[in-house]
Amino acid sequence: MKDGYGPVWVIAEQKDCRIRTVSLQLTGQAQKLAAGLNTTAEVVLFGNLMEHHVRPLFAAGADRVFLGSNPQLAFYEPEIYVQAMVRLAQEHEPEIILIGSTTMGRELAPLVAARLQTGLTAHCIDLVLDENNILEQRIPAYGGLLSIICPQKRPQMATIAKGVFAMPDPNPDRSGEIIPVSVPENVSPRLQTLEVVHQIPDEIPLESAAIVVAGGVGAGDPDGWRQIADLADALNAALGCTRPVVDEGWAPLESMIGQSGRMVSPELYIGVGLSGEQQHMVGITGAKVMVAINNDAKSPVFDQVDYGVVDDCREFVPVLIEKIKAYQNG
Amino acid sequence: MMNIVVCVKAVPDPQQACNIKIDPVTKTLMRCEVPLVLNPLDKNAMEAALELKEQFDAYITALSMGPPDAEAIVRECLALGADQGILLSHRAFAGADAYATAYTLATAITKIGPVDVVFCGMASSDGSTEWVGPEIATFLDLPVVTMVEEIVECQGPQWKVKASLAHGYRLMQVQLPAVFTVTRELNTPRALVFSGIIKARKKSIVRWGIDDLGVTSDAVGLKGSPTIVSKLSTTESKRAVEILTGTREEKAAQLLQKLVDSGVV
Ligand SMILES: Cc1cc2nc3c(=O)[nH]c(=O)nc-3n(C[C@H](O)[C@H](O)[C@H](O)COP(=O)(O)OP(=O)(O)OC[C@H]3O[C@@H](n4cnc5c(N)ncnc54)[C@H](O)[C@@H]3O)c2cc1C
Ligand SMILES: Nc1ncnc2c1ncn2[C@@H]1O[C@H](COP(=O)(O)O)[C@@H](O)[C@H]1O
Repeated sequence: MKDGYGPVWVIAEQKDCRIRTVSLQLTGQAQKLAAGLNTTAEVVLFGNLMEHHVRPLFAAGADRVFLGSNPQLAFYEPEIYVQAMVRLAQEHEPEIILIGSTTMGRELAPLVAARLQTGLTAHCIDLVLDENNILEQRIPAYGGLLSIICPQKRPQMATIAKGVFAMPDPNPDRSGEIIPVSVPENVSPRLQTLEVVHQIPDEIPLESAAIVVAGGVGAGDPDGWRQIADLADALNAALGCTRPVVDEGWAPLESMIGQSGRMVSPELYIGVGLSGEQQHMVGITGAKVMVAINNDAKSPVFDQVDYGVVDDCREFVPVLIEKIKAYQNG
Repeated sequence: MMNIVVCVKAVPDPQQACNIKIDPVTKTLMRCEVPLVLNPLDKNAMEAALELKEQFDAYITALSMGPPDAEAIVRECLALGADQGILLSHRAFAGADAYATAYTLATAITKIGPVDVVFCGMASSDGSTEWVGPEIATFLDLPVVTMVEEIVECQGPQWKVKASLAHGYRLMQVQLPAVFTVTRELNTPRALVFSGIIKARKKSIVRWGIDDLGVTSDAVGLKGSPTIVSKLSTTESKRAVEILTGTREEKAAQLLQKLVDSGVV
């Protein structure tokens, strides 16, 4: 048995040389876990010409940054990224690896974990060390909170969405070591990225919205859904949804709020026709005022909000929209 | 001939999922009252395979690991047009996390023989890790593309597919054999037809247990799972609700007033 714990790692992500918010949030959390284990917080970052862009990671709590930098790494290239990260992890034996639940992270995490023959917990909403210094990876489930652990295998790996952990207060005086990592430039013959296309969304982004209206499957049908969208419009709010709404095809996956979707922290949250299932509700943090509209007075959603309206949303929402419009027009 | 494996999971009917509770003692899910159905996204995975079979000479295997009642969803896949159904069912397989699930499925795929394409759903509605597809790919040492929303080019062994990004897409070129996890944007799953159901009655479902796969019992199921559930805690609400009363008009007016008074509108 080796003495002491291996480092706590974050696999960070950048876009156009800017470190993603979730990576900085995880770095802050990694520093806390590292302090608990009396070890270091370290970040693995791949990109191109990143040398002058790693400071925010140190300010967020990184002690060391493993930096892979070459033109081929500008975008996530699965096969090279995985191969290099696995090799690095085998060499440095981290105790823990945290990865953001981004599109890249959700694909990369299982590829790295399976190759390291270790466990991986999806979409955690909290991470704490238990009495044996094992990482408790908490996920909401069926009305409670489950703690998942990976008792034997190392590293212990988890993915976490943006917004689960707050942005650490940046400490500009902190500095750390950059360790260059050589990553092969040749692309895999069996898989390569030909093009990455980013579209500019025309909706109000959920994460930064002051008001969020979220609809559930209680909307009933596309018409009922459109009313909820109209309510969001009237309030100049971002429109979010629950998972069954995505399954019904009324709204895109990008607008799903919750454990495996987006985290929001608006001033005002209005949940319409949804049951207040934990997997959804954990996605709303620090809202000042919360409202639920549901036709079932016994719905668990009413235990989790400040104001409740027991009514058929298909009847109530149009009336509410009228009132809002009248108010706005003075 | 193109050999396609579709991994399909039996999940508690998502429409009734709120009836699933955790057994406070064993910390396992009590899902007995909720009927099992084909995982929604696995219908898209099946559809992807069926559309290829319409274009090419293809043989489709629907593969599932689950309890004996999962046989119904394998039969549903046969009725949709799969050529063969395989159910991995054995006590030792129970309690598997994503890693052990992927290992068991990958071992079965190896036994099925050389495959060209493995389709999975992007996520299951109950586990919802999204890990099983990529981990199967790792065990089989195959390339994987997750969240496929369009198959752009599939003539020959070099495919081009679009994988969805939060806003946008990645265009990927991949050499078969390969694993793909699919989104609901990929296609519209076909409905079951009566003639398919009749035909499926004649097809047999192969059942493989632990001996058929030649794996040891500590590599599968709960024992083969790196992760376990350690604790179950309950969450408490931090808010005291005020239920608004009166007519619909009154409730709407009151609600608006409350929001204006709190300064959020
Ligand atoms: C691992 C995992 C991860 C998950 N991640 C997420 C996630 O990130 N986000 C997410 O949202 N879900 C997630 N889910 C799904 C989640 O568990 C719930 O199934 C989902 O949130 C429920 O959505 P809902 O409230 O719209 O539907 P239901 O639970 O079916 O509730 C519908 C509600 O609408 C009400 N209603 C019906 N008709 C009307 C009407 N006419 N007027 C008013 N009210 C009406 C009903 O009373 C009911 O309360 C996840 C599940 C798993 C297993
Ligand atoms: N027990 C299983 N049997 C067959 N396929 C499975 C099983 N579990 C997961 N899968 C496949 O993996 C996909 C993703 O599941 P998950 O990783 O649980 O989100 C599913 O859509 C299925 O295609």
